[in-house]
Amino acid sequence: MTTFLQDLKKIDEETGHFGQFGGRFVPEALISALDQLEDEYLKAAADPKFNEDFQNLLKDYVGRPSPLTEAKNFSKHAGGARVFLKREDLNHTGSHKINNVIGQALLTVRMGKKRIIAETGAGQHGVATATAAALFGLECVIYMGEEDTVRQSLNVARMKLLGATVVPVTTGTKTLKDAINEAMRDWVTNVESTHYLLGTVAGPHPFPTIGRNFHSIMGVEARQQILEKTGKLPTAVTACVGGGSNAIGLFHPFILDKDVQLHGYEAAGDGIETGRHAATLSGGTIGILHGTRSYVLQDENGQTLPSHSISAGLDYPGVGPEHAWLKDTGRAFYHPITDTEAMDAFSLLSRTEGIIPAIETAHAIAGTVKLGKELGKDAVIIINCSGRGDKDVETAAKWFKITSNS
Amino acid sequence: MSLIHEAFSKAKSENRAALIAYLPAGFPTIEGSIKIMQEMLNNGVDLVEIGVPYSDPLMDGPIIQQAVDIALHNKTGIKEVMQIVKEVSQTGKPVLTMSYWSPIEKWGVEKYAQQMNQSGGVGVITPDLPPDESDLWITATDQNKIDRVFVVAPSSSEERLKLVTNNVTGFVYAASLMGVTGTRTEVSSRAEELVKRIRVHTQLPVAVGLGVSSSEQAHEVAKFADGVIVGSAFVKAILEQPDLSKAVVAVVQLSKDFARGVRKD
Repeated sequence: MTTFLQDLKKIDEETGHFGQFGGRFVPEALISALDQLEDEYLKAAADPKFNEDFQNLLKDYVGRPSPLTEAKNFSKHAGGARVFLKREDLNHTGSHKINNVIGQALLTVRMGKKRIIAETGAGQHGVATATAAALFGLECVIYMGEEDTVRQSLNVARMKLLGATVVPVTTGTKTLKDAINEAMRDWVTNVESTHYLLGTVAGPHPFPTIGRNFHSIMGVEARQQILEKTGKLPTAVTACVGGGSNAIGLFHPFILDKDVQLHGYEAAGDGIETGRHAATLSGGTIGILHGTRSYVLQDENGQTLPSHSISAGLDYPGVGPEHAWLKDTGRAFYHPITDTEAMDAFSLLSRTEGIIPAIETAHAIAGTVKLGKELGKDAVIIINCSGRGDKDVETAAKWFKITSNS
Repeated sequence: MSLIHEAFSKAKSENRAALIAYLPAGFPTIEGSIKIMQEMLNNGVDLVEIGVPYSDPLMDGPIIQQAVDIALHNKTGIKEVMQIVKEVSQTGKPVLTMSYWSPIEKWGVEKYAQQMNQSGGVGVITPDLPPDESDLWITATDQNKIDRVFVVAPSSSEERLKLVTNNVTGFVYAASLMGVTGTRTEVSSRAEELVKRIRVHTQLPVAVGLGVSSSEQAHEVAKFADGVIVGSAFVKAILEQPDLSKAVVAVVQLSKDFARGVRKD
């Protein structure tokens, strides 16, 4: 642990470097906007009024604190370990994404910008952004891979109902990666009027730091709740990892609790060995994508490789730089979960606890089944139940071959 | 004096701006890109920028995206790029590459600079590498005598202009507008102001790019800049031609038109 604390000093909050990871690899045209965002964030963070507004919105609009629910029936399938679910699925809009969105929307208003744009994979971040845009009276454009608009059509309808424009992205792999490319192109063109509300903890500095800080509310609450319920810190906390926003939000407040294990579960799609996966930390190499240095799925020419996952929200060939750093320092562990394992866990949690998780979240559920068996019945594990599965009912029905007659 | 500075000096002595053309390596084919760039340089273009194809070209508009897709489909990796640099350099004219940072970092920063030198290339443009992240790159390019070109934008603060120009050794690439590459009907009014602001910080040549798509526009830019960069207009002309020989004819014509355009008188 001493070494980890030494490593911790290598996080440079000012330039957004986590050891060798992070940084800013963006056109000069965007530097002033990133500087402006960072300045505004630092001012806001020191402003009691901003903090009060943020906390009030989280409480009265989002519905925080989210409950910590003990999953007693599910526990039997996870080696008898005590398992608690951090219920981000119960937030307004149905996932953790709203935490960061409310924070960044408040920053947008402070910066005097009238338009927000965002990328979305599963649509959860898009819905949260469209929601905040409606609340704050901002123009909103959401970029979404064409393939994702099909597999998450319910969320497309929600965004439109909220008054947002949804632009299907038809370039490249037609998924989250390309939605980010299009959002960046929009931003570089309209940067003076527009805030890019990046939805994950990847991208250029200060996005990974700001996103993590706004999402840390999850870990802060969970830490307090578990102490109240069990009188001690958990053995482990777990979360799914795509870009890594829900995971970093839960992990971060536990980073200095050296006995608390941190486990992230990535989308292994058909299996890492097949090459059809999105498990960047488990199966990627160090490189540059979307303005940051991290683990990336890419070839020897630095070309991004297509990712694959049943879960649109995890279907991304990059990952936030702080996760890359947590992996390399050994503070957190990352494991691959296949589509099949995730869907089995999706069904398991639904049937044992009456909670239908998002398919993204189901990866963390599947991982916790394995982890619980390893750690045994004395262990206490918190899973970030990052989103609800309403949006995934169609995909799940297809997977499980459920029809209205059967 | 480097080949790049010689080219700018020569243009200046002829009372014109230097004409700089961009083309993705491997577009329309690997052989085709070599042939086209040689013809460009024989018909009025002073310097060429060979684009390294990248899967996520987030500063490029639809025209260049389409060309880059074709180049990637033609399996144009960095090995092929270096071969193209070698062939085109034999014209004796300055050949630069332009690359997003991901391919260079993955290939190896030192290795890339070294291979550029060995292939006869003289400079590299890195549009998404700010000087703040450039320590290794600066060492590698200095050691291998490769000129660095960074891009500045109308949104760049004085502080940023100073930082960027201090680290440039070739020319300063001024993006004429806020946006992605592509053809535009008029030159942004912000270009001239940006060039003036850049000159406060450096004696190096300043070239303007982004959106210059006609000989008339090139003429407007040539009045205040040392170089005019044309990319999408060439790419569009090639995309519109069914075969290489017709594409070459179109590019030769366009090169001559732009070469007339960049005259200051």
